[in-house]
Amino acid sequence: MRYIRGGGAVKPAFEKRNENDLIIALAGNPNVGKCTVFNGLTGLRQHTGNWPGKTVSSAQGYFRGEKRGYILVDIPGTYSLTPHSAEEEVARDFLCSDIPDAVVCVCDATNLRRNLPLVLQIKKITGRIVLCINLLDEAKKKGIDINLRALSRELGVPVVGCVARSGKGLRLISGAIESVMQKKENKAPPQETDPSSLFAEADRIISRCVSGSSSAYTVKEKTLDRILTGKLFGFPIMLLGLMLIFWLTIEGANIPSDFLASAFASFEAPIYKFLASLRLPQAVCEAAVFGIWRVLSKVIAVMLPPMAVFFPLFTLLEDLGYLPRIAFNLDRAFKCCGACGKQGLTMCMGFGCNAVGATGCRIIDSPRERLIAMLTNSFVPCNGQFPAIISLSAIFFVGAGVGFLSSVASAAALTLAVLFGILSTFAASKLLSMTLLRGIPSSFTLELPPYRAPQVGRVIIRSILDRTLFVLGRAVSVAAPAGLIIWLLSNITVGELSLLSHFSEFLDPFARLMGLDGTILAAFILGFPANEIVLPLVIMAYTSNGALGALSGASDLFSILSANGWTSATAICFIIFSLMHWPCSTTLMTIKKETQSIKWTAAAFLLPTVFGILTCAAVNFILRLIMH
Amino acid sequence: MNGSFRLSDIKPGQKARIISLESPLSERLSELGFIDGAVVECALRSPLGDPTAFLAGGALIALRREDICDISVEVVQ
Repeated sequence: MRYIRGGGAVKPAFEKRNENDLIIALAGNPNVGKCTVFNGLTGLRQHTGNWPGKTVSSAQGYFRGEKRGYILVDIPGTYSLTPHSAEEEVARDFLCSDIPDAVVCVCDATNLRRNLPLVLQIKKITGRIVLCINLLDEAKKKGIDINLRALSRELGVPVVGCVARSGKGLRLISGAIESVMQKKENKAPPQETDPSSLFAEADRIISRCVSGSSSAYTVKEKTLDRILTGKLFGFPIMLLGLMLIFWLTIEGANIPSDFLASAFASFEAPIYKFLASLRLPQAVCEAAVFGIWRVLSKVIAVMLPPMAVFFPLFTLLEDLGYLPRIAFNLDRAFKCCGACGKQGLTMCMGFGCNAVGATGCRIIDSPRERLIAMLTNSFVPCNGQFPAIISLSAIFFVGAGVGFLSSVASAAALTLAVLFGILSTFAASKLLSMTLLRGIPSSFTLELPPYRAPQVGRVIIRSILDRTLFVLGRAVSVAAPAGLIIWLLSNITVGELSLLSHFSEFLDPFARLMGLDGTILAAFILGFPANEIVLPLVIMAYTSNGALGALSGASDLFSILSANGWTSATAICFIIFSLMHWPCSTTLMTIKKETQSIKWTAAAFLLPTVFGILTCAAVNFILRLIMH
Repeated sequence: MNGSFRLSDIKPGQKARIISLESPLSERLSELGFIDGAVVECALRSPLGDPTAFLAGGALIALRREDICDISVEVVQ
């Protein structure tokens, strides 16, 4: 018998639009499509926020019924009201508090037995609960038939059946909420619960309301899982899948990137003319166009198209249910490094954007393992670093060509670099868990949800919208100021040289030890706001341009680089440092927000940097030995 | 009774009935459907050997060896 204590201090801000708006808690087990119900009800009228004092996120949204509006609060998925993590504590506290006026509990129609215990527990706290049985279509496919009316009778609460993915049934929820508001509210304190009796009661209810096959896990799914997690095909499929996603990202982003680049470029002359017509001094016009606008356009043109491909693909995999299988396959390796399998997922998110990966670490329950995942996230390259890695490996190693074979070779080279990044992630995680973040691996339970057909249309639209907003926001807040600073550094001269050149000269001796040169290191440092601009900065400095220019082709790039002393060794060291250096400013700020600690943010800055410097120096040393 | 088996001894394809839950995770596990008397099926094993996924209460739950080696079970045909 366990005792649930409740009523903690949870008071996030809820803004009612009207006096009689209701605050509705959206509860349910993980993996029941709660998110889909939330999105289906609130559409775009939602935002994500944090619970104060905790790095637990909650989405809040608004929807209207016939009579009034409702503020829907999506609380973390939980199996029971006994909290085993910060997320579940927040869920429990919120439900037990007097803030929500009613609760909508989402259940998976294909597995009512597992979902009902939570419903029964919540029922003991408040009578104002509406049951939303989701995934009715999946249940039908499995031959499971639920008598919603009988279920409602047994439980004494309104039951709404729905297929949230297509929006079916959602409009009935507001009516159900209104009907429970008629009940007198009697918030009872949370009581002791015993899982066996809850399951027994659930079984009793199900025997009266559910008929048909009770197997949620079909033979087809089992066979698929046997292959995807099998000794023979498990890892090869993951590897090939990774390569495929990279290939799609590269191919899908190529043309849009070029298009955006030339579109932005075509605006340069008109903007200059306009500013000049305002009688602004020439320096200001130049700084605005060649500094701010150039860097802004570079960041958007390089970052937006790949993210618009990568993240929808990633979300599709997530909807499909494949991602937990990846965590399942990788868990042991991560456990040996003192971390947990879910870090594999945050690492994958980091391929798209390290900042998104850092936020994604919330899926890891143990705070220690969450920190490990956050601090090592920047060891893998993000979408912004792909172009540099690809073009350098193409011109120095693979051979630049056109056509299908060369794009496959690009994806392969990128995958190789990523594998190196993954290995260093393991090494760094192991190091952390032996030193700064010592501790035993936490307990680990991972649910492998049934495979579900992803809702392609909605996923893609929502994902692209999110990514576009993110990139644009970042471009304005980070890239624009950076562009100004870079322009100033390159165009203000002291003596014969620009400030940038002085800086590069200063860094040169140290950089040479790492197999780089002062210009490259300066470019990395100036690329702190955005990794996309590092290689363009190098080119700019080499061509004494004073402003970022367009890369006019692979052979041009090769001649510029070799004219400045680049060898394949330099390219290797560049790629290594690209994989292992400080996180970009957006990622660092995200880590600061997530950890609420300067100490760990500093660690996030230093860890990959130190690794990078040492590795580059070592590789440089070895290559020098070999080549002489 | 087939002698003292542990949940960690069960191989993919086998079914077992839980006799006693003495794992450090027993609270969490019982919420997930691993309760005394429940029959669970060992469905998958990770290619690296651990964790193992069990079908319990209609859901597929992956658990690590060290978390289940204290759970005694009897094999069910």
